[in-house]
Amino acid sequence: MTRQLLVLGAGTAGTMIANKLRHRLDAGAWEITVVDRDDLHPYQPGYLFLPFGIYTPDQIHRPRHAQLADGVRFVEAEVERVDAEAHRVSLTDGRLLDYDYLVIASGTTPRPDQTPGMLGSQWRRSIFDFYTFEGANALATALQGFDHGRLVVHITEMPIKCPVAPLEFTFLADAWLHERGVRDRVELVFVTPLPGAFTKPVAAEHLGSMLEERKILLEPDFMIERIDDEAKTLVSYDEREIPFDLLVTIPLNMGADFVERSGLGDELNYVPVNKHTLQSKAHADIFAVGDASDIPTSKAGSVAHFSVEIFVDNFLELIAGKPMTGSFDGHANCFIESGDHKGLLIDFNYDTEPLTGSYPLPLAGPMALLKETRRNHLGKLAFRWIYWNVLLPGRPLPLPAHMSMAGKHAVTAATKEE
Amino acid sequence: MPVTTMAGRPIQVNDEGFLTDADEWDEALGAELAAAIGITLTDEHWKAIRFLREDFAEQGETATLRRVSTRGEIPVKRLFELFPQKPTKKMAYVAGLPKPRGCV
Ligand SMILES: Cc1cc2nc3c(=O)[nH]c(=O)nc-3n(C[C@H](O)[C@H](O)[C@H](O)COP(=O)(O)OP(=O)(O)OC[C@H]3O[C@@H](n4cnc5c(N)ncnc54)[C@H](O)[C@@H]3O)c2cc1C
Repeated sequence: MTRQLLVLGAGTAGTMIANKLRHRLDAGAWEITVVDRDDLHPYQPGYLFLPFGIYTPDQIHRPRHAQLADGVRFVEAEVERVDAEAHRVSLTDGRLLDYDYLVIASGTTPRPDQTPGMLGSQWRRSIFDFYTFEGANALATALQGFDHGRLVVHITEMPIKCPVAPLEFTFLADAWLHERGVRDRVELVFVTPLPGAFTKPVAAEHLGSMLEERKILLEPDFMIERIDDEAKTLVSYDEREIPFDLLVTIPLNMGADFVERSGLGDELNYVPVNKHTLQSKAHADIFAVGDASDIPTSKAGSVAHFSVEIFVDNFLELIAGKPMTGSFDGHANCFIESGDHKGLLIDFNYDTEPLTGSYPLPLAGPMALLKETRRNHLGKLAFRWIYWNVLLPGRPLPLPAHMSMAGKHAVTAATKEE
Repeated sequence: MPVTTMAGRPIQVNDEGFLTDADEWDEALGAELAAAIGITLTDEHWKAIRFLREDFAEQGETATLRRVSTRGEIPVKRLFELFPQKPTKKMAYVAGLPKPRGCV
């Protein structure tokens, strides 16, 4: 009898898993099915560039089914619920899918409905997000008409996917306003629930001073309670108020609602997993890979990529009745656009925060860490091609899945993470 | 690691005064830690602190503000009133738990 591997979500992680395993599982013995609600695979990192007209909308999307290897079944439907006891998934159209193993790869989604006032009278008038295709496009139009006033960039709550994207947007906005000759007529403010510009001390300090150099005001420790849409003001739980003319917010990010309905999620609908194997803590035949899990590292495509490498080898061991020997270390690797055709690179894992130094990239040569260079910017742009042509098809990329200390400047105990 | 004397016995803490061994905590010590940051514990405070302790025992991690509010059933607004300015940090301190992991 053929066995069933069912993957929920044909985004970055789900697509890579299906493709890699299709090449390594016997087609007669294993069927692989991937479910997604639509057939439009977005290159999400491109959303950052849409508001500034750097990418055009047609550079962002490709059909999902075309990214999947031959022999992978694609089902276009909305997932309703997972019945973990019955090993069965129900779709909202009434269909049922049985599985031997289930991979939850349903990612995370911005939820503006979770903050009172966000979806009020100002939504997509003076309040925008750029974490969706529609939001990024609407913001592009709004920016065209914006030449003075207070531009507030805001993070609702951590964790969010691509936690550096709000900073990148801010740097790009600063450069863009300069280019248009209106920067001195705009007050640029960065509002975050974190105590500083970023999560970890060394990176927070570097990125914080980059905000200062650009005369961008930082409002730390801001936990939003609501938006007063009539007064165009952010209000925090401790009653601080931040007025805006144009607000670019990252709404609360949450995992899929079906995760919650199925009793598989935490308070943000993320699936609690073993952080080294991505196996559900509650069910041995369920894994959560990519943004859908609760692992304590960045929610990023690079993390999805590195963790999929480990997952695939482990999965082959598991179904062969052997113990899983691979252990994911939380490795993340992110380019940060900083404006004027420059960028930074950060590289870290569960135990090591982003440090300065260099990253030994095969072929392209060493990339500078936590330092603005033109080469890092080119690396970021090259990534779109790599995403479609190397990562999604599951071709090997000569990057080790585990983080390496080679090239990094270690910090002394006194400056260690808080 | 510094050692300090509280509730009549030596307690191990880190540079910021957070307990480094959650097992050294008891409710008498909790009350003393709260007093040290100017908070007199009421039943409502205790509800939050007890939730944090139980949740930590199960999860091995300090609950986030959202978790205390959704699973512990105390509105975030109220937590800001009970533990002014930095509720997450203050609750963890009083409960003798590590600061919640910085989100990445
Ligand atoms: C603006 C922005 C910039 C970014 N920049 C970078 C970057 O520079 N570098 C980087 O590494 N990462 C970046 N990321 C993050 C990266 O895109 C994500 O981390 C990555 O796509 C996660 O992959 P995933 O497979 O977990 O989730 P996704 O790729 O989001 O896929 C989840 C899929 O599940 C489907 N789904 C969810 N619920 C259901 C349901 N009920 N029924 C059916 N289908 C469902 C969705 O339709 C979706 O296709 C960025 C993200 C954004 C938004």
